[in-house]
Amino acid sequence: MTEILLQIDGLTKAYPGVVANADVSLTIRKGEVHALLGENGAGKSTLVKMIYGLVKPDSGQMMLRGAPYAPAQPRAARAAGVAMVFQHFSLFDALDVAENIALGMETPPPMRSLAQQIRQVSETYGLPLDPYRTVGELSAGERQRVEIIRCLLQSPQLLIMDEPTSVLTPQEVEILFETLRKLTAEGVAILYISHKLEEIRALCDAATILRLGRNVGTCVPAETKARDMAEMMVGSTLHTPERHPRAMGDVLLALDNLSQPSASAFGTSLKNITVSVQAGEILGIGGVAGNGQDELLAVLSGEMQAPAKAVQFLGQPIGQASPQARRQMGLLCAPEERLGHAAAPDMSLTENALLTGAQRQGLASRGFLKWGAARRFAEEIIARFDVRTPGPDVAARALSGGNLQKFVIGREVMQAPKVLVVNQPTWGVDAAAAAAIRQALLDLAAGGAAVLVISQDLDELMEISDRFAALNEGRLSAAKPTAGLSVDEIGLMMGGAHGMEVAHV
Amino acid sequence: MLRLEKRPQPSRLWTYLTPVLAVVLTMLCGGVLFALLGKDPVLAIRTIFWEPLFSEFAFYYRPQLLVKGAPLVLIAIGLSLGFKAGIWNIGAEGQYIIGALCGAGVALAFYPLEAAFIFPLMVLAGGLGGWAWAMIPAILKVRFGTNEILVSLMLVYVAEQLLASMSLGLLKNPQGFGFPGSRNLQQYPSAHNAELLAGTGMHWGVVAALIAVIFAYVLLNRHMLGFHIRLTGDAPRAARFAGVSPTRLVLFCLGVSGALAGLAGLFEVAGPSGVVSIDFNAGYGFTAIIVAFLGRLHPVGILLAGGLMALTYVGGDIAQSKLGLPKAAIQLFQGMLLFFLLAVDLTTNYRIRARRKEAS
Repeated sequence: MTEILLQIDGLTKAYPGVVANADVSLTIRKGEVHALLGENGAGKSTLVKMIYGLVKPDSGQMMLRGAPYAPAQPRAARAAGVAMVFQHFSLFDALDVAENIALGMETPPPMRSLAQQIRQVSETYGLPLDPYRTVGELSAGERQRVEIIRCLLQSPQLLIMDEPTSVLTPQEVEILFETLRKLTAEGVAILYISHKLEEIRALCDAATILRLGRNVGTCVPAETKARDMAEMMVGSTLHTPERHPRAMGDVLLALDNLSQPSASAFGTSLKNITVSVQAGEILGIGGVAGNGQDELLAVLSGEMQAPAKAVQFLGQPIGQASPQARRQMGLLCAPEERLGHAAAPDMSLTENALLTGAQRQGLASRGFLKWGAARRFAEEIIARFDVRTPGPDVAARALSGGNLQKFVIGREVMQAPKVLVVNQPTWGVDAAAAAAIRQALLDLAAGGAAVLVISQDLDELMEISDRFAALNEGRLSAAKPTAGLSVDEIGLMMGGAHGMEVAHV
Repeated sequence: MLRLEKRPQPSRLWTYLTPVLAVVLTMLCGGVLFALLGKDPVLAIRTIFWEPLFSEFAFYYRPQLLVKGAPLVLIAIGLSLGFKAGIWNIGAEGQYIIGALCGAGVALAFYPLEAAFIFPLMVLAGGLGGWAWAMIPAILKVRFGTNEILVSLMLVYVAEQLLASMSLGLLKNPQGFGFPGSRNLQQYPSAHNAELLAGTGMHWGVVAALIAVIFAYVLLNRHMLGFHIRLTGDAPRAARFAGVSPTRLVLFCLGVSGALAGLAGLFEVAGPSGVVSIDFNAGYGFTAIIVAFLGRLHPVGILLAGGLMALTYVGGDIAQSKLGLPKAAIQLFQGMLLFFLLAVDLTTNYRIRARRKEAS
């Protein structure tokens, strides 16, 4: 076996009320891609934050190249050869690539030689990037390259990557993997955090699985079934949502050549979107984040007004209708951001039930609120969607992400919508809750509603949707039946490789 | 070391406890302040909080509490609606002045006619005047995205100039021997906002303040519009999603707070003050901001806070005349109240913990 790079022994970290990591051990060898697997809240982030010097462990030790390693801060970690690419980029839109990279360095070289270095690294590793381009104009994949190059300039020995493929098309993922393989060939070790099991099977040499802050096992991904890994992550047998054959009915919702300029400077404008959803159908809309998903939802929910005829519900033009009027007609939405958009954080669940339920559930008469009815509605949602909470008087922000998501989706599903639009229905939700939410969407469609699911999780879309379309820079591809759609086709619909090339090795 | 830890949800106990704690802390620090000024702190605090209510001259001070408290509560109720939704009307003082000018203007236009319709018409004019003055920042905000804090505040100074010009010009008493100021409305029975029960201080403004409290309570707790106001304050995006129109909310909140401030001005000019004069405005519009926060933006809380603030006004006056405390010290004392309230407010959303040494 090759030499051990990082040896972690019995790391423990507790926060008030929760043990984030309990006695976690892990060994990373030189030149290997090591996967860190686990559900949300399993303790993956805390573990890498300890390795990167952002969080101090309560107990346990780390050894880097055989020497004790206890970084007090990220700077110390970087000096020791550990670099990290975060899931959320920390880049300034208004600056160019080289300036952004210089900002992250302790002693940046003169701009010209830095630009030279950036070119050199980007060519070596197949990450084409012009150092003088403004970051605001770059795609998500290109921004990630800025972050990766920023790390590579430090010549790291261990590169930590947090969910790197969530912002990439399948083609871009392939290119990233080539880059990573080239790095490992040079002896760099990669700690790869993800919950996408197929990816891990394709890329990683070893995997450590965390559940509730504990090590629950290690495996060789290529030799383990994805389903087995998933069950190790969840700790129980997975329930796969059931699909029943459904009869398609009339077109309920149609977008007709919808163009909508974005409200903010770095938002995405929607361009010539034409699509329709039938009764009983689930239409999946994929695409890399930031390609117009939020804007599409806003136009459908009524938060953003569009030309009247561009949005049609049961043949009626509703582009100018208010959110309340749309709900009254039966068009309901659930936005991606749970706290602050779909729900008010400091308000109780009863009040949050009222937030969208007032019209269809008759929770108000002539403007006066019926608190009793609102409370009963909240209790029904909690009971039917298994929301774990002491009761409807609890503030929304006190709920965990998955529980609040069940509440938010439940609130709309219980109102018997004719059309339901959801954005990222299972984002940040544990596997069991995600399965329940998907099942609810399938049941809704089986009952004759049309469902439009916007998601960045391709597996999810393939699992539940009948037809698939992708958003790319505000344009929507033509919708195709999901059955028989290949990963390549999906990738091309999402915009292909955005002009990227595979590493020239 | 102390450390702040966010509570999973706001503490109900502390929501009610903070105003009390703030008052106690103000008393303590105020006492220290008074002691440093060479006064007996216990006596000074007692004079401010006890004397107006229970001393042998309380029969004189108690009506004063209603007279001072009513405009504070009336204005603060209006402000609290906007504050809850994150719409900041800082210019109630200006709306108060314009309300008084409009109401007094109507009365003086009809002088010396005696008729039953004059007082109701004045009330209407006062409310409309304040509403119109508040519509200026509202429309500028809705139309051009200006900041309502700045615009409403600056309009206070415009209103003050207008007040000066009116009391020296258009509304000046023709029989006033050249002195600035209007006719005294207290001597014009049809326009006089007289005490409803002699010797109690109870005038129409007090009635209006109580109605406003009930109206605001019902609005916020039982009505969709009140729910939308609270929702906008907590999560503006969620409010948009629910279907709240920010434009309408800005117009409503600024309009209501302007109208109530205008009414407060009208009741003052037609009653306790009686004349439009250069120094007619006494800072009620600004103090009402403290009252609104001291009352936790809750209608009943505001009622209590208005009473408390009136007490420090009346008691402060007594302390000034009896103990010779400087006026600035009394104002500082009132300012402390808001300071401590905001500081202690932290405990509703955070708990304070002693920090253990971080294990290394």
